[in-house]
This record gives sequence, structure tokens and C-alpha cells, in this order.
Amino acid sequence: MRADELACRRGDRILFARLSLAVESGEALHLAGPNGIGKSSLMRILAGLMRPFAGSVAKSGAMALLDERPALDTHLPLGRALAFWAKVDRTQDGLLDEVCDRVGLADLLDVPVRFLSTGQRKRAALARMLAQGAPVWLLDEPLNGLDAASVANVEALVADHCADGGLCLLASHQPVGVAGLRRLDIADFRADFAA
Amino acid sequence: MIWAIFRRDLALLLGGGRRGGALLPILFFLAVAMLYPFAVGPDAQLLARTGGGVVWVAALLAAILPLDRLIEPDLELGFFDQWALRGLAEEATCAIRILAHWLSFAVPLMLAAPLAAGLLGLSGGQLLTLELGLLAGTPGLAALGVAVAAVTAGLRGGAALAGLLILPLSVPLLIFGAGSLSTGGEGGLALTAAASLVLVAAAPFAAGAAIRAARE
Repeated sequence: MRADELACRRGDRILFARLSLAVESGEALHLAGPNGIGKSSLMRILAGLMRPFAGSVAKSGAMALLDERPALDTHLPLGRALAFWAKVDRTQDGLLDEVCDRVGLADLLDVPVRFLSTGQRKRAALARMLAQGAPVWLLDEPLNGLDAASVANVEALVADHCADGGLCLLASHQPVGVAGLRRLDIADFRADFAA
Repeated sequence: MIWAIFRRDLALLLGGGRRGGALLPILFFLAVAMLYPFAVGPDAQLLARTGGGVVWVAALLAAILPLDRLIEPDLELGFFDQWALRGLAEEATCAIRILAHWLSFAVPLMLAAPLAAGLLGLSGGQLLTLELGLLAGTPGLAALGVAVAAVTAGLRGGAALAGLLILPLSVPLLIFGAGSLSTGGEGGLALTAAASLVLVAAAPFAAGAAIRAARE
């Protein structure tokens, strides 16, 4: 995945400009910066959900996006809410259970999604994303609301994904402890002028 | 993939969950049909002459009720983003939703129509024309509902605005649909179907564009 000379405009403000990045398979990139700097907007531009104000994105491979919205039916038990995405993504039998074990949700599959805590919901969304089996991961603030053990778990998952030849872009205002993680500070591309 | 999405849409719209079910609009529809004789009196001739139009008005009003749960909840939860990420066009997901909405709203409505016709003292012939008119008109109404719900999703007071938007846009369906009852003619039904077809053809594109615009 690579992006050239991206600029993003929200309302009449340019959040960032002339931002270029390139990530190869097996690499992970940490998009860093304080709140409101445009991390999520950049993520959505890279995902193809928003058009950049300027610049272009080139990418190959299926993408999985994890953001603050879990995209799980809140009234359904977690197991059935995840099963919907397993059907959509044609996840292999057994992989979903494996993934739920990995993120520590195996005991919660009967609980309706609306009763889950913030951290549990985050892990549920993580399970949905893992089961998708996409080579490109776009993680927007994946560590928000997670406890220390889960944070370490996510870091391990990212490391494993990259070791398997996957690609990961990770936006977070927190430090992320993954070996070999490159860091891109979006504040370096801030444009302090109005459009 | 499409089958799974359709099944979820249908299950969501038919009932269950926190979003209310398909039953509420139907009860509302029957309540309007039941109230009308109380308001205008039990004159059987007057009821039979005006009853068909009342059923159409009741159907349009009932169509407003499910609008706020057609698109907005899934937009908020990120479902549409996830589908887009998997290469599904918004037009496709909206077309699926139109079909699911029609099945969960219009089919029960047509099943309830004989009951409403009985309450208003419509004749068998009128009931047949009414049912054919609803069959021709409700696909357009369902399509319009999804498009309007997509346009107003995420707006403050979106639900009220959706109701205001859908009523004038559904006037052609009402005129031709209810008109077919008084003339008893097939011309009215054909025109209802034509208006309905235009709406069904255009709505997925309007709804898809609205969902994309809501992301910006």
C-alpha cells in the first residue's frame, strides 16, 4: 500500500497535507499524533471510505478495518453477531472459535452485544476483523478501552500478522510496543492555514 | 454474501431486537381504518365510496413508522462501511434493503388490507382493486422509504424530516392507486405500477449516493 501527497480537508480546515507513505507486506506502520490531528480521517481515506482532498492511494489486497464502531448487532448474542460476518466473509469453520479464544471472548458468546463492556466490545470487533482473514489491517485506535493484558495481546497479534506476511497500519495516540514498528507522526504534515 | 446480508436485513426489519417489529405499522394501519367510521359516522354508502382512499392514506402514514430504523442504526454501527470495504457497492446493499423492507412492510400490509376493507365496508371487487393497487404501489413506497431514510440518516430530527419528505414524494402513488378504486379501471393500476417502477429503479442510486455523502 502506498499513498502519495495526501491532503485531507474537514470543513474549511486542512488537517494535513503532502503526506506520503508506503508500507510493504510484512510491515507495520504506526500513525501517531494527538487527538484531532486526522488519524481517523487518514485511515478512512486509506480504506477508500473518504475521498482525499488531494493526492492518491494505491493498494492491493483485501482490507479489514477496525474502528470505534464494532459493526455488530447489539441485540444479538455475540456468537450470532459474529456468525453473520463469518457468513459474509466465508470464514472457514472453526476459525471463528479459534479467533474468539485468542482474544478471550470464548466465555461471552451467549451474551448479547449490548451487555458487553467497552473493552469486550473492542475485542469483539477485533475478533470480527481477525476472522475476516484480510492481508491488510487498518486499525484505528485498537488499544482504546483495553486492559494491559489485552493491549499486549493486540500487540502480539499485529506482530504475528506481519510475521505471516500481512500488512498493518495502526493509528493510536498511545505508544505501541511492537518490534520493528515504524512510526509516522502526522503532526509533521500539519498545514496551519485555512482552505 | 448477498444472501447473508438479505437474511439479516429481513430478520432485523421483521422484528426482534430493539428496533421494534413489522407489527407496529400494521397495527397503526388498522387503527386508522378503524377510527375513520367513528369520525364520519356509520353511513355504509359513504364509507364504501371513500373507504378505499382512506386505506391508501393509512398505508402511506404507516410507511412513515419504520423509516428511522431502515438505514440509520446500521450507518451508526458501521455496517455500511464494512460492506463497502468488502467491495459491495452501497447501491447493492440498498437494493437488498429495499427488497427486505418491502417483504417486511408491504406483504403484512396487504394481508391486513382485507381486514381494513371489512371495517370500512368495501365490496369484494373494490378489495381486489385495492390489493392489486397495493401490490403495484408498495414496491415504490418501499424504495422511497429506503431512499428517504438514507438521505435523512444522521440528521438531527431525521425521523420527523423523513416523514415530511416521503409524503409529498409518494403523492403520485396515492393519486393513481386511490384513483384506480373510483374508476375501477386498469389504467390507474398501470400508472401506479409505472410510478412505482420509476421509484424502484432510482431509489438504490439515490440511497447509495446519500450514504456515501454521509461519510464525508
